[in-house]
Amino acid sequence: MKNDRIVGVSVLRKEGRDKVTGQAQYVDDMTLPGMLYGATVRSQIPRGKIKNIAFGSGIAWDEFVIVSAKDIPGKNRIALMANDQPCLAHGAVNHPEEPILLLAHADRHLLPKAVAAVSMEYDPLPGVFTIEESESHSEIIWGTDNTFKTYLIEKGDVDGVWEKADYIVEGEYATGAQEQLYIENNGIIAAFDPQQGITVWGSLQCPYYIHKALMALCNLTEDKVRVVQAETGGAFGGKEEYPSMIAAHAALLAIKSGRPVKIVYDRMEDMAATTKRHPSRTRHRTAVSRDGKILGGEIEFTIDGGAYTTLSPVVLSRGAIHAGGAYYWPSVRISAKAVATNVPPHGAFRGFGAPQSLFALERHMDRIAQVVGLSAAEVRRRNFLRPGQATTTEQIVRDPIDLDKLLNRALELSDYRAKRELFAKENRAGTSRKGMGIAAFLHGAGFTGSGERNLSSVVGVEGCADGKVQVLVSSTEFGQGTKTVLCQIAAETLDLPYEKVEIVQADTNEVPNSGPTVASRTVMVVGKLVQSAALGIRQTLAGSGLLDGSYSAAEFGDACRKQVAAHGRFRSWARYEAPNDVFWDDARYRGEAYAAFAWAVYVAEVTVDLTTYRVSVDDFVALQEVGRVLHPVLARGQIAGGVAQAIGYTLYEKVVWQNGRMQNCQMTNYIMPTSADLPPIRVFFEELGNIHGAFGAKGIGELPMDGPAPAIVNAMEGALKLRFNSIPLLPEDILEALLSDSGRQSEPQPAGGER
Amino acid sequence: MTGPLERPTPCELSLHVNGERRTVHVYPMERLLDTLRDRLGLTGTKEGCGEGECGSCSVLMEGALVNSCLVPVLQARDANIVTIEGLAAGSELNDLQQAFLQCGGAQCGICTPGMILAAAHLLHKKPQPTREEIREGLSGNLCRCTGYMQIFEAVAEAARRRGMATP
Repeated sequence: MKNDRIVGVSVLRKEGRDKVTGQAQYVDDMTLPGMLYGATVRSQIPRGKIKNIAFGSGIAWDEFVIVSAKDIPGKNRIALMANDQPCLAHGAVNHPEEPILLLAHADRHLLPKAVAAVSMEYDPLPGVFTIEESESHSEIIWGTDNTFKTYLIEKGDVDGVWEKADYIVEGEYATGAQEQLYIENNGIIAAFDPQQGITVWGSLQCPYYIHKALMALCNLTEDKVRVVQAETGGAFGGKEEYPSMIAAHAALLAIKSGRPVKIVYDRMEDMAATTKRHPSRTRHRTAVSRDGKILGGEIEFTIDGGAYTTLSPVVLSRGAIHAGGAYYWPSVRISAKAVATNVPPHGAFRGFGAPQSLFALERHMDRIAQVVGLSAAEVRRRNFLRPGQATTTEQIVRDPIDLDKLLNRALELSDYRAKRELFAKENRAGTSRKGMGIAAFLHGAGFTGSGERNLSSVVGVEGCADGKVQVLVSSTEFGQGTKTVLCQIAAETLDLPYEKVEIVQADTNEVPNSGPTVASRTVMVVGKLVQSAALGIRQTLAGSGLLDGSYSAAEFGDACRKQVAAHGRFRSWARYEAPNDVFWDDARYRGEAYAAFAWAVYVAEVTVDLTTYRVSVDDFVALQEVGRVLHPVLARGQIAGGVAQAIGYTLYEKVVWQNGRMQNCQMTNYIMPTSADLPPIRVFFEELGNIHGAFGAKGIGELPMDGPAPAIVNAMEGALKLRFNSIPLLPEDILEALLSDSGRQSEPQPAGGER
Repeated sequence: MTGPLERPTPCELSLHVNGERRTVHVYPMERLLDTLRDRLGLTGTKEGCGEGECGSCSVLMEGALVNSCLVPVLQARDANIVTIEGLAAGSELNDLQQAFLQCGGAQCGICTPGMILAAAHLLHKKPQPTREEIREGLSGNLCRCTGYMQIFEAVAEAARRRGMATP
């Protein structure tokens, strides 16, 4: 480990120079000859039958290319999991942003008026807009019971635990929708050629998702669909599945017009129509012993999936598996459900269900602490998972993780105890109140359960005749540092300078399917494959006698040149193989849910202004164990960025809904944190390593989204002695809680009778 | 993007962009952002929100930091405009660009051109800003990736190097 030259060092970001000079080409920076601009006509009602479509006067309609569902060559579906989402509504609409028609014109400035001039006549049907309305079955809007998916995770004898409990602690917690708010809006360019088929360029995370969707939609074979990622200006999950929809639309317009078509959403359309984080409701009922130990519990985790299945089953799965958090549950029953509503489908967003269920759990742990009469730190300490213990899915913790130590260090770094004492004194007077809050949690890296086995990802590494090395992956760069870290891994493995390794643009004609760039899997899973493939290059050169022992970059280049001259293109491939000691039962949802967990303890210090109810986070300590840190600057950037996004989730970002439609789809009224709103975000790492990841790395990208919300709300409760059980908490929400008595902390009440 | 269907007649107008005099045919109410991107091919200036909230389209106009999505191009007649393309001298990165690259100030890169111009503007006004002045000075430019910490570090680093260069 000590001898590594490149891994662990903060080398310069591969595409960084292009980004700081403005040369990087994002999709809206690209123009093709003869290109048209596309726009989308959407539903105006949440649910109903389309009776008639009328094209208003004053528009030169013959200048426009117009596409409807009947122009679709293949299946009118966006292929993903359940294939229930139409590409264009045909006959009926199920949410207020559902695409119905597509228009294209050479002058993009003419499109908004044309879109507005199309009017629909509907037979409206009643919609359902919340989890509760969906559960009531007053209207069945999806399947037979409005339910996309359920899971049941059971461990031990929960039913027998209640009579042994000294306390039964109950709580209900809720989280709102959140917009990813990447600064680059979604966009795609499509071009069609009868011989070559469809090519799309765009802002996207998962080239092969789009590849699959376009094959089915356009009825084309694999070789007739090409997907190329342009530089992508942020994604956070928001460009995982929805770009397939936009690519489908651009492709249909390109096929019909015979010209390249660009669709770039403006901010309002992007916020209103594309996916957001799933709103959630979590109910806890926990049996606790007199000394604060969890004996068992029931957890009901429910998410609002929106109008179509999209990725809700997997978001639900991750949320359910994380619902027990970093604690040992001798027995537990986790019932999870994703329900349908008439809102635009919710989708992937950093954390993917875990921030929702962990918010509930980490609020609930503070509640348990109050009921039992222990400190927030102590109740966690008494319940932490320890090496050798089994998680809720009965995965044995193999990391030598010491969460006590992590907690102690976080408390020291944040000066937790001294500040708590100080605030307890200071809070008696003045116009503001201060508090400290803790969250301890974990995040599983990679696909859940048999997910990685099913993906069966492939990567390639190529030794070129000029001595350069190319990494071939469909894993995409959208800010996290994919290109940089994968090149570091290859360079380290091949004993070459970082500059000698390049990454090929994510283009389905050029790169194999290394899986989607999601689930904190890139460095750990794809990185490990890059390491294997690079090792293959080394072994081949050694085997053919061209290289042995240690070598210089020049000697390596010489060997590659000879290899290419003798055998042609010199590539080494690696395919994912599941470790043989990993067991997962999909039917019972038991076993090794994740190849690795990252562990964390976060501490927030907050001030609440009693005049304005503005909450400011004054200090934030983010301490985590993430395996080996391969690039300190990038890793710190991931954590700080995630914490900032989660502070927004907690205190600023509120989606205002009306009849299934987002009302505040502008940056003016949907507020994300600015540089002046954030505390110093102090990032610290512990590094235990991980046998499954490249050079000991684990996933890191999503972890920081999980902890800040409960840490901040726990701190707010400490400051105001008010029990907040939902986020976001804007000043008006705090005022409302203060005015009502419902949130007021009462004396700890044993819920189930003290024994 | 609510232009009338009958498009007005373009008019001729000159402005100085990155030190060069450019003459363009523009619609009078066209956004400076569109003139830069569509007519002059300077796509380093980005559109994030189109309403002056995010700062991705920031450019310097007569030395002032402006959101080019809110500036009708007629207001920029004869003005001196600096975009991200005008910062580096040839292939040499300017010190702020270098610092952003080294400190992790750029992740996805979409806010970066505007952020670097905002930082340049800040350092011009306050060559040695405090941490608080950096926080405030950049608060008109949104970044969703970094949590801003490494952007602050980059600006402080550039200021430090400038301070060393001119004792």
